[in-house]
Amino acid sequence: MTHRPATAGDPAREAILDAIRRAFPDRRPVEVPREYERAGGGTRSGREIVDRFAERVAEYRATVVRTGPYGLSRTIAARLAERHLRRLVVPDGVPAEWLSDAAVEIIRDEPPLSLADLDATDAVLTGCAIAIAETGTIVLDAGPDQGRRALSLLPDDHLCVVRGDQVVDGVPDALARLDPRRPLTWISGPSATSDIELDRVEGVHGPRNLTVLIVGE
Amino acid sequence: MVTQEIELNDALARAGIAAWETDLAELIVQLGDDLPSHILVPAIHRNRTEIRDIFRRAMGGAGRPAPTDLSDEPRALAEAARLHLREKFLRARVAISGANFAVAETGTVMVVESEGNGRMCLTLPDVLITVMGIEKVVPAWRDLEVFLQLLPRSSTAERMNPYTSMWTGVAPGDGPRAFHLVLLDNGRTDTLSDPTGRQALRCIKCSACLNVCPVYERTGGRAYGSPYPGPIGAILTPQLRGIARHPVDAQTASLPYASSLCGACFDVCPVRIDIPEVLIHLRGQVVRQHGWRARIGSDEALLMAGLGATFRSPRRLAAAERAAGLAGRFVGRSGRIGRWPAPGMLGRWLRFRDLRVPARRSFRAWWRSTGGDEGAGR
Ligand code: SF4
Repeated sequence: MTHRPATAGDPAREAILDAIRRAFPDRRPVEVPREYERAGGGTRSGREIVDRFAERVAEYRATVVRTGPYGLSRTIAARLAERHLRRLVVPDGVPAEWLSDAAVEIIRDEPPLSLADLDATDAVLTGCAIAIAETGTIVLDAGPDQGRRALSLLPDDHLCVVRGDQVVDGVPDALARLDPRRPLTWISGPSATSDIELDRVEGVHGPRNLTVLIVGE
Repeated sequence: MVTQEIELNDALARAGIAAWETDLAELIVQLGDDLPSHILVPAIHRNRTEIRDIFRRAMGGAGRPAPTDLSDEPRALAEAARLHLREKFLRARVAISGANFAVAETGTVMVVESEGNGRMCLTLPDVLITVMGIEKVVPAWRDLEVFLQLLPRSSTAERMNPYTSMWTGVAPGDGPRAFHLVLLDNGRTDTLSDPTGRQALRCIKCSACLNVCPVYERTGGRAYGSPYPGPIGAILTPQLRGIARHPVDAQTASLPYASSLCGACFDVCPVRIDIPEVLIHLRGQVVRQHGWRARIGSDEALLMAGLGATFRSPRRLAAAERAAGLAGRFVGRSGRIGRWPAPGMLGRWLRFRDLRVPARRSFRAWWRSTGGDEGAGR
């Protein structure tokens, strides 16, 4: 089979667009009412935004730890010890300072690990692109301190470092700052299911434990 | 959902390709050789013990078997599914996904989920094929700010669902090396051409209308005979199956009637689909399609035809009113007509309900003899 992207002049593409035009010949451009809170519409201060983010993440049964910039490496080490995690994978762009106190085996994803090797690690440590206070969400965009998407998916523990200045107020603020061309993963708490008798269980396929480390003054 | 609509698993099986569902509930449905019953929680018709038995019986034939001492605790069952599917995720070379939204402006596709099976499919295999109805496309990137806030709240009442993935083509060194997007029509442009019915395409599959529907609550999802159960299924399935153009099978034709028209679905719908309006519109189409035979085939149709003829002529109405007043005197007791062995539908109706005895004299007869003078001619 040859590679055949749908481009102008492609018969399948023309057929479907034609069918849509025929189905709705009298369509006009619509004005979308946008009376909801848009990007930049919030009035909270930076401090309030970070507090609200911490509170909302915790409501998803994630563990939230707040620390100052100089306590980060010790906080990470303490959390790894507390969870008895031994083999930690990190994207290549994670700063060495974050790891200076960690007494665990550190595996850099460079060259990239095979999926089987990645599956055999206990935990992953990443940064994030931004975080959203309103919904308690962290967003990864595969930046250097986050790495490829599989890293934050296969290990059972995900530790994510969020700087206070990365937290935005609401979903519209987040979309305004994100680049749609990058692969984006929005994470709001650990993986969960309610598929069995509507009983909530944390963790089916993604990491079952999410630790969010918020770095501020 | 959309892959069930096009019966993709059956087609793949006929082509000798083993396809495995990765959502926990879908896995339960697949291993149980069953049909989904809810948009969001497709295995809601199974209890924990049934699920344990399905896992014990069928997991071994599909891959990694369930532990022999598997309990029926939801946590243990989820763990068994995790281990069973993890093995498959690490080996699968091709994944097929659906999508919740796509953005025309940027070419971005998006999947909203809770468990992480979506992320596995979007990230681990070499090739990703996404099948998506054409109605999922929104014009602009910023339109997502509406839907990302609407969908989780209406669907699971969460501020945000655990995982949302967005991707625009392939990313070197991250995820699949090839991405194919299949845009599906399958009756959607036909639906779009109906000015009343097209609003069904606005649906974001949040499942809120199922949860409040008294009919769905009694029948369960599998009675709808399609991957789209509940009120939205009752208006979407007949249209996708071409009810506007040709007669459809009896079950599909019955869907617009699977409603008391109470309107609870319209009240909760986050995208304001007037489901009762579309149901009535589709009932009209069913009647027109099935022609005269359907119209006189039932007691109800016969009754309606009789009423129509009576109301059309003032003379016949007057005669009917006189007859009713007279008859009421014989069958009524203390102002009511109760259980009465009338034939057909009337008898069945009266078994459970009382009727008020019709007035001896109709309003029109009273007006004619008194000229509207109160107190006169009592
Ligand atoms: S019709 Fe409305 S309430 Fe029902 S699933 Fe669709 S969006 Fe949700």
